[in-house]
Amino acid sequence: MTQGLIPGGSLGTWETRSIVATMIPILIVLSILEMGSGLVLEALEETYLANPTLLVLVPVMIDMGGNLGAILSSRLSTRLHLGTLDFSVRDRAILANVVAVIALAATIFVIMGFAAWGVGFIIGGELSLETLMTISVVSGMLLAVIAIFLSISMTFVSYKMGLDPDDTTIPIVTNVCDILGVLILSGVAIVVL
Amino acid sequence: MSVLKDAAHIYKESLGVLIIALGGGVFAGAVLGGEGMLEGFDSYPGLLLLVPAFLATRGNVYGALGARISSGLHQGLVEPRFEWNRRLRNAVVASFINGIFISVFIGFLAWGMMQILVSLGVRDDSAALVELVGITFIAGTLTSVVLIFGLLLLIFAGYRYGLDPDNLVGPIVTTLGDIFGVLFLFFAVVTVGVIL
Repeated sequence: MTQGLIPGGSLGTWETRSIVATMIPILIVLSILEMGSGLVLEALEETYLANPTLLVLVPVMIDMGGNLGAILSSRLSTRLHLGTLDFSVRDRAILANVVAVIALAATIFVIMGFAAWGVGFIIGGELSLETLMTISVVSGMLLAVIAIFLSISMTFVSYKMGLDPDDTTIPIVTNVCDILGVLILSGVAIVVL
Repeated sequence: MSVLKDAAHIYKESLGVLIIALGGGVFAGAVLGGEGMLEGFDSYPGLLLLVPAFLATRGNVYGALGARISSGLHQGLVEPRFEWNRRLRNAVVASFINGIFISVFIGFLAWGMMQILVSLGVRDDSAALVELVGITFIAGTLTSVVLIFGLLLLIFAGYRYGLDPDNLVGPIVTTLGDIFGVLFLFFAVVTVGVIL
């Protein structure tokens, strides 16, 4: 799930009407895009309903790409504001952030593999720990790599265009990751199962 | 400082929050994969289609409220308590409108997409419009009540405790949104099953 879409410029107003008018068009576009993820779930309905343990992974996959992207984006954005960000492969701040996000993703998706297996045990799923761990870790790490790539490139684009990355990078990265999470999970699940 | 030392620092700082979010997500997943919800997916074709949109829009609606309140607190425009303050009231009303409107819209959208899938012959049948919209309306309304008041309560408490609300909003919205979004979706499926 996304960490807050902040439409640029609307924070100055506290009128109900203008808050609603700013948010509704964005929400409508996002819901339509999210239906793409929904269509993938729907297309693979038989796979998901036959293996309900896979459904256990869905909310985490929707959230976690956005969460990882938000951690990275907000740190890059702060550095950019402070003027200490240098867009080069040798930039140690970027490298440290990328290493941290990969380590966080590895930790979270290994725990997720065990958690899904445990929940599957309770709800009567039949997927083995090995299968679930493979699906969780492979799709999680793919998502993390995409979140990293998006965060860095979007921060760079906002910087070049003179936009405040706080208003652009985080909402775009989190929403794109929300949508891709289900697509990646489904793709990996088809290959593994 | 070396890259690895910096990375270890960032890792330690972020892990706790991610683990809490993971807990919320796993709970939501357990409800989604549970027997009751599976029956719901079976009885209401189109319900599975709307799950990602329903869950993901929560973050945008209530994340925006959280960011607004957080800025308001920093600027001294909002006090960290429930009071009949014009700004606070307007922001809360706007979030209710946004949250409920978009839930109903998602119900319509899912129904519309199912009509296309049925006419293309990809799906045999679709749940009725009133069923899908009924489910998203009930789930969306209940979720907004809990998320708006839960979010404000936790931001105010955190702020008075000396925490920066900017760091609280994301994890609170993700965790509460997952847990209550899915719980109320399940509740709405059961309710619509009884009423309609």
